[in-house]
Amino acid sequence: MTREADKPSLFESLAAHFILVLAVCFALYPVLWVVALAFSGSRPPTPQMLPIPHDPTLANFTEVVSTTRATPDGTVWLFGRQLVNSLVVSIATAAVGIVIAVPTAYALARFKFLGKERGVRALLATQMFPTVASLIPLYLMLDRLGLLNSRTGLVVCYAATSVPFAIFQLRAAFEAIPVDLEEAAMVDGATRFEAFLRVVLPAARPAIAVTALFAFMSAYNEFILAATLLNKAEMFTLPIVLQSYIGEYDARRELFAAGALLVSVPVMGLFYVAQRHLVAGLTAGGVKG
Amino acid sequence: MKARITLLVALLLSLTTLLSSTAHAAPLRLWHAYRGNEEKALEAILASWKGSPVETLSVPYDAYASKLAAAIPLGEGPDLFIDSHERLGDYRARRIVGPVGDALTPGVFALPALEAVSAEGAVWGLPLSQKCLALYINTALARDAPEALEDLADLRGKLPPDTHPLAYEIKGAYGLAALFSSFGGRLLDEQDGYGFAGPAAEQTLLFARSLVDQKVIPEDVDGALVTNLFKTGQAAYAVSGPWLAADLGDSSTVKWRVALLPKLRATGQPMRPLLTVESVMLSPQGAAKAEARALAKLIASAEAARIRAGLGPTPTARLDVAVGTGDAPVQVFALQAKSAIPMPSSSAMRAVWDPANRAIQKVLRRDATAALALAEGKRRFDDVRRPLPQRTSPVPALLLVGVIGLYLAFQWFKRSREEGWGAELKQSLPAYRYVAHAVIVVSVLVIVPLVIGATTSLFAGNDENRRYVGLANFINILTARGGPLLASGSFYLVLLVTLLWTVVNIVFHVGIGAALALLLSRPTLRFRAAYRVLLIIPWAVPSYVTALMWKEMFHRQFGAVTGLIFGINRLFGASLEPIAWFSRFSTAFSANLVTNIWLGFPFMMVVTMGALTGVPDDVLEAARVDGATRWQRLRLVTLPIIRPTLAPAVTLGAIWTFNMFNVVFLVSGGAPDGTTDILVSEAYRWAFTRENQYGYAAAYAVLIFLMLFVTTRTRTVKKKAVEIGATPPAPAEVV
Repeated sequence: MTREADKPSLFESLAAHFILVLAVCFALYPVLWVVALAFSGSRPPTPQMLPIPHDPTLANFTEVVSTTRATPDGTVWLFGRQLVNSLVVSIATAAVGIVIAVPTAYALARFKFLGKERGVRALLATQMFPTVASLIPLYLMLDRLGLLNSRTGLVVCYAATSVPFAIFQLRAAFEAIPVDLEEAAMVDGATRFEAFLRVVLPAARPAIAVTALFAFMSAYNEFILAATLLNKAEMFTLPIVLQSYIGEYDARRELFAAGALLVSVPVMGLFYVAQRHLVAGLTAGGVKG
Repeated sequence: MKARITLLVALLLSLTTLLSSTAHAAPLRLWHAYRGNEEKALEAILASWKGSPVETLSVPYDAYASKLAAAIPLGEGPDLFIDSHERLGDYRARRIVGPVGDALTPGVFALPALEAVSAEGAVWGLPLSQKCLALYINTALARDAPEALEDLADLRGKLPPDTHPLAYEIKGAYGLAALFSSFGGRLLDEQDGYGFAGPAAEQTLLFARSLVDQKVIPEDVDGALVTNLFKTGQAAYAVSGPWLAADLGDSSTVKWRVALLPKLRATGQPMRPLLTVESVMLSPQGAAKAEARALAKLIASAEAARIRAGLGPTPTARLDVAVGTGDAPVQVFALQAKSAIPMPSSSAMRAVWDPANRAIQKVLRRDATAALALAEGKRRFDDVRRPLPQRTSPVPALLLVGVIGLYLAFQWFKRSREEGWGAELKQSLPAYRYVAHAVIVVSVLVIVPLVIGATTSLFAGNDENRRYVGLANFINILTARGGPLLASGSFYLVLLVTLLWTVVNIVFHVGIGAALALLLSRPTLRFRAAYRVLLIIPWAVPSYVTALMWKEMFHRQFGAVTGLIFGINRLFGASLEPIAWFSRFSTAFSANLVTNIWLGFPFMMVVTMGALTGVPDDVLEAARVDGATRWQRLRLVTLPIIRPTLAPAVTLGAIWTFNMFNVVFLVSGGAPDGTTDILVSEAYRWAFTRENQYGYAAAYAVLIFLMLFVTTRTRTVKKKAVEIGATPPAPAEVV
């Protein structure tokens, strides 16, 4: 057979596009509903098929964004504070998680040592235990450590829970980097640690970026732990605020939608920036010799 | 690079501590679950407070009770909090509420309200307002209150099309209790026994169903629909509380008034709704502070009641504040409150709702006869309230732990004597320098809570009632608490649902993900980058937003899926009926499934795309030269090459789907009748909604863990599973 014969027919191309467009519709339809709801001034009398805002308005956004609160220190712009909280906590989580996971993953990829298999198995096992049963002990421990009701406590918890996954992901990425690179550096007189810092880390940058993004997201989206640990509105992260718009008796869906959009946009932006690395980062993680 | 990151971390940490160091000296802390106007009214009330600064916190309603229970015993909780009186029994049992003492001014509160917050000779809260159901009348459609509820059936022919005589949430026990009272029933009897059983309950259910059959009440009405129907003039009458008036507002196009609930001709007795008394309560710490008691007094004062009166027709609990005149809504609600039945505040009440609601919905859906559904409800209630297992001696377990410890120590000792062990250890030392901090962090913050949590499974009871019960929790679960092994809610049935859930999800995730990745990897494809970006979007949306969004879309009356059905009907002249997604297992399960597939396919797509880049072109080329068709190349070359790369991702995906709490809990919430619950959401219910049986929930967690652990270890992909390549950002970790 020749290459010519392998060229897809017009019908095949159309079919491929048809399936992809269908998948895109499936992926976007609910998101567009949130957009429509967020810009709606009122609820349409009958359910509609197309996500078009009813009574278009920006009022929902202004209401979500303009929450304030009077404190002894003057009026605080709550939404701003909470956005900063979310970002600070998530960035710190990603940074702490990566700093802890990177050397460990490297050791797992390169060294042979006693207890390695057991340790990895224990790490995987932590992923199997439902958090519902460990939440309360964690709460009591944080109380002992004086970290209750603080963002630091939140960062500590998030970072610790994101570490096992980060280790798995990075370990595979490091394994995919040829050993020759470090050995060459070590022949040139670098210590193992220097080789790790100067050669391996730069080569693993996409995987590290993707892992950091995941850690960031898991912290940015979490609300159960945050709602349990934090006792001050000025300390809340955004998911708690969003959650409070959906009450038992009066769900304010349009506010929830507006807030959800505002919360999701930064993550979508990060994904857009990282999406090229996403495949590369996961590939490095996935392909193993 | 590492130094830079460390610096960044140090910077961020110091920033967080800086931000949190602005606390003032011992302010009074007040928690509430208000939002919007109610919150503003509270702020207005607090504006006249002259004492120490007050720090208020609005807690999301769902988290309120558990947050109070967690924070107050540790001294992290509020001095005062506002809540409904029916939780008092629970709060007293947990000792997180104190008596109000001198904050109570005798003689100023309505007696039923005061009784609702009294127990054991003390008063545990100051009543603020009283809420109960009453009858709303759309005066454009109906003039008078009916003499008896049955008379509404006469309206049927006389109303405009698409207009219903009555909007009334009878599918919930709270609403139905008003009917039940007319038949002489109470949800909870004096001895904390389950009251929603027996002839009165049966008659109530049959009566309620006949109202639906006669088209007096539309099918499947929930609270939101009551509001919606009445607001849009599609219901002549509505049974609802003061919150409907708040929703109707002043600008409402509907002209309405409020009347007392009618009697039933069937019994000759009036309907008596349940009464909830919103109260300001004091934590034990707060009760000891004179200033906190004074603040409570202010919040319950006549002045505060006047401010709160601006919110709507919720009658105050104070006798010395005039509540409008004549047939003003607030006056009617105040009158209705007098004949209402205060909701029992015993902690047993919390266990009533779920079994009662399920029984009601079963009968309304005609899934079971009234007698059967009610008997099942009673069994459920007794199940939750079953006596604690016998206290047993922990000595055997401690001995076992001791023996195992000794054995391990011996093994370790033996190994250390072996040839070459020291050298091996010495060789390992450099590696330990890299892993030490991770070991410490993960051990302290992940493994220790996990082990403590697992140990909880050997205990039962709360607080001072806590006792060691050995394996009783496990035996209870594994024997389905003495019922039939496949009874609804039994461990085995839930396990089957969980397995079905996991398998179907994984099949769809991998199937859709791989198919899309293969399409996207076609060399001749146009717009590839655009497709890829758009298809990744579901991954970037927070999973609780996804879940709530899909739940909205599946709403029978307002959901987009119903809109889609209407659209199809319009376009193709079909006559499809909107589907009540959460009233049947198959549809509710599908709704959960669609949500989770939406959530998870992009990840599998990206992983497959990554794996496909590892398929060497020359191998494919060689196959082509050998005359393999495209299908054969896919099946015999591509798939075998990418399979080992996908296996670890699939394994971890399966683990996370198995424990996928968010979607199941937020989309179907187990509806109908708990059938779509999976093991982890069942564990959650035992921990947080069924009398906080943490030990029992922990036993579920341990069983989940053991099953996953054994399955992944016996799989042939064991090694691969350990060498996990790529996995999504732990959506399952939130619970």
